[in-house]
Amino acid sequence: MKDVELKMIERAKALLESGEVARVVGWKKGDFCFDPSPAVFETVEELKDFVYDYFCGANLSKYLIQVSKKEGKTAVFLKPCDTYSFNQLVKEYRIKRENVYVIAVECLGKLDIEKIKGNGIVGVTGVEVVGKDVNVTSAYGNATLYKPDVVLTKCATCTKTHVAKDEEIILHEREAKDVNRFEEVEKLEAMTADERFAFWREQLSKCIRCNACRNVCPACSCLKCVFDNPASGIAAKANDDQFEEQLFHVIRAFHVSGRCTDCGECSRVCPQNIPLHLLNRKFIKDIDGLYGEYQAGEESEGKTPLTSFTEGDSEVNDVVYGEAK
Amino acid sequence: MLKIAKERLNELYAKINETMGLFIPVKKAGEVNYAVWSEGKEVSLETLKTVKSPKNIFFPQTENMMKFKTDGKNIEVIDVRQALAEKTDEKPFVAFGVKACDYKAIEVLDKVFLADPVDTYYQIRREATTIVTLACSRPEESCFCGVFGIDAAAPQGDVTTWLDDNYLYWRANTEKGESLTELVKELFENGGEAEVEAQQAATKAVLESLPFAALDLSRFKPENLNELFDDPAWESLSEACLGCGTCTFVCPTCQCFDIRDFKTNEGVIRYRCWDSCMYSDFTLMAHGNSRTTQMQRYRQRFMHKLVYYPSQNDGLYSCVGCGRCVNKCPQRLNIVKVIKTLGGNAND
Amino acid sequence: MQEVTTEKKEFTPNIVAFCCNWCSYAGADLAGSSRLTYPANVKIIRVPCSCRVNPTFILKAFQQGADGVILCGCHPGDCHYVTGNYYTRRRMALLFNFLDYMGIEKERTRVEWVSAAEGARFSAVMNDFVETVTKLGENKRLTDLRVKEGE
Repeated sequence: MKDVELKMIERAKALLESGEVARVVGWKKGDFCFDPSPAVFETVEELKDFVYDYFCGANLSKYLIQVSKKEGKTAVFLKPCDTYSFNQLVKEYRIKRENVYVIAVECLGKLDIEKIKGNGIVGVTGVEVVGKDVNVTSAYGNATLYKPDVVLTKCATCTKTHVAKDEEIILHEREAKDVNRFEEVEKLEAMTADERFAFWREQLSKCIRCNACRNVCPACSCLKCVFDNPASGIAAKANDDQFEEQLFHVIRAFHVSGRCTDCGECSRVCPQNIPLHLLNRKFIKDIDGLYGEYQAGEESEGKTPLTSFTEGDSEVNDVVYGEAK
Repeated sequence: MLKIAKERLNELYAKINETMGLFIPVKKAGEVNYAVWSEGKEVSLETLKTVKSPKNIFFPQTENMMKFKTDGKNIEVIDVRQALAEKTDEKPFVAFGVKACDYKAIEVLDKVFLADPVDTYYQIRREATTIVTLACSRPEESCFCGVFGIDAAAPQGDVTTWLDDNYLYWRANTEKGESLTELVKELFENGGEAEVEAQQAATKAVLESLPFAALDLSRFKPENLNELFDDPAWESLSEACLGCGTCTFVCPTCQCFDIRDFKTNEGVIRYRCWDSCMYSDFTLMAHGNSRTTQMQRYRQRFMHKLVYYPSQNDGLYSCVGCGRCVNKCPQRLNIVKVIKTLGGNAND
Repeated sequence: MQEVTTEKKEFTPNIVAFCCNWCSYAGADLAGSSRLTYPANVKIIRVPCSCRVNPTFILKAFQQGADGVILCGCHPGDCHYVTGNYYTRRRMALLFNFLDYMGIEKERTRVEWVSAAEGARFSAVMNDFVETVTKLGENKRLTDLRVKEGE
């Protein structure tokens, strides 16, 4: 990973120095080894804080909505999963594509500090990845963890490769993974309606309506969200009633269906760790089953399943569990 | 000092619960938050930081303020406070396991809600509560309560407790605490001074070695208000901010709320709910939000914590160093980065 | 002061029917003028096209106390706006399945195509739907307790 980081800094430097781009969007070092923040770098000096490591999980594509409208070109580092969000935003005319210089970077799965801490490790001072081992040093002792256990949920089932067009690429070969990302959804589908209701009640009752899932979501790019609009009749800030939580999450999941690239940012940012990606994946699975396999963000143009139709689509009442009877 | 074996804590909870309500950190669907105790719930006192702070107990995320019932041309106003007061009179409650930082945060909230004009909703709950604090024994890297003069190993409160592998140690500090002790005394035995002292010493050593132990706040003074407000660093500090409300909702001292109406079949419920200065509809006026950019909203939050609030409250900062925002910000922005950038020379 | 009756009322569901202006609403009209009956607890909301129905409308109806929501439009291919109901079909297939996934009874939601000439069908559809929802009982999973406060 360190060699990739060096290459990235080198490229960022060259692009800024030559004046080809006015700014670079990447990640900046935090206070610890595990808390880099997304950042915009405008000068070569600022690049001293540039970092790319196992904790750069944040998806940078949404920042381009604002940044790509600025004067001059912007270079951006995108992980494989981020390139899908990028394409989708280009497709929706939210990013000025001609203003963006895409550099696709390798990702071997990012780590989740909360999962690491979940192993009872407090006061983390260092994290090092060697193959499938994650060596953690902390104020109270050291530990070695198994990497697949502590990667971000979104990384556990990710098989994405780069799809942005006209990109420059810095990456190694990645191993092919044989995973079924719908496994959890299928488990829920196999439950009875009562069990499913109980599961979602327990999860959604934790929701604090912080809107982090919405604000981080690259598919949620409305200028004014209906939930922020006091005139909409459904603006609600708080989890006053179980209905409010259901309303928010159902409407949000529906609104991004057919556009959600399954980048998994919603689950990453949830302060209460609600498995929000399972809501979106249900829609993805149903769309795949009913209207043919579709991966949002694979292309940067064309129609989405919900903005198209065929005359032979299944009838609503015949659809059970995402399959036509 | 009194002590009770760890295995018998459930008996203690049950005993308290006989006559009082009990708020305690409970694990639900993987996350620990304060909730009303009942037999069978998974209590997690060991959890250093509940996701939501205990401010929820006195200042719930949403609460009804009044109801209006319409009948023809008549509107009946129903004051819900009376019912609330009756309920808490009958069954006052205990907040159990409050950490030193969260206890200090309640002091910060008291200055807002119990100052004139008194917020009676808050007051009713606050006065009905006996607070049992719990000392920290395993502070983590995001903790910086010491910077605000808080001793995590010796919290205040009506009762202070310490927990080790075998026992919970108990010391009453106030009259309220004494009467609670009276109620549960039969479950306790005497002793524990030496263990508590040893634990405090060990905790102190850890606290001093934490990475944020020496943050410099010297520049956050009322006289520097304009200079801090105009500092160009806010732009880069707030750059990655998503404008979500995570930091404000997990914060133990954030106290802003919004008042809204909800139409029912019979009338209207007027309720209040937490609000966040990060939101676009915060303090919305006819012309829009007075802070038009995310930078301004971000600046407002930290200026309030570190400059505005202390300037009105004898220098008391409205940050207690609990570190929740450090852990929970989706993009890893937090008050520590602000303090390090703007706080003073020692941070360089 | 209202009189309080202690006897238990028989459950009659609240049904909201979104009907498109061009086919289904006219179908309801025809049912009426043909003196065909359908239960009075069906509340019709006229919409320009079935695809005007935003998922929020459906959830809102449940919030305000509906026990079942039915959406009626022109038969596929007969849409007044040519393709509106094709979009409806995809949207609602996904939405209703999703509600099912969240544990909300699927039988509470339905889409039926009713043309302006199908007064008899409209009446039959509504009778059948009301019967289904009556059997299911009160909607408790997608309702707002505050709305029913005081009842």
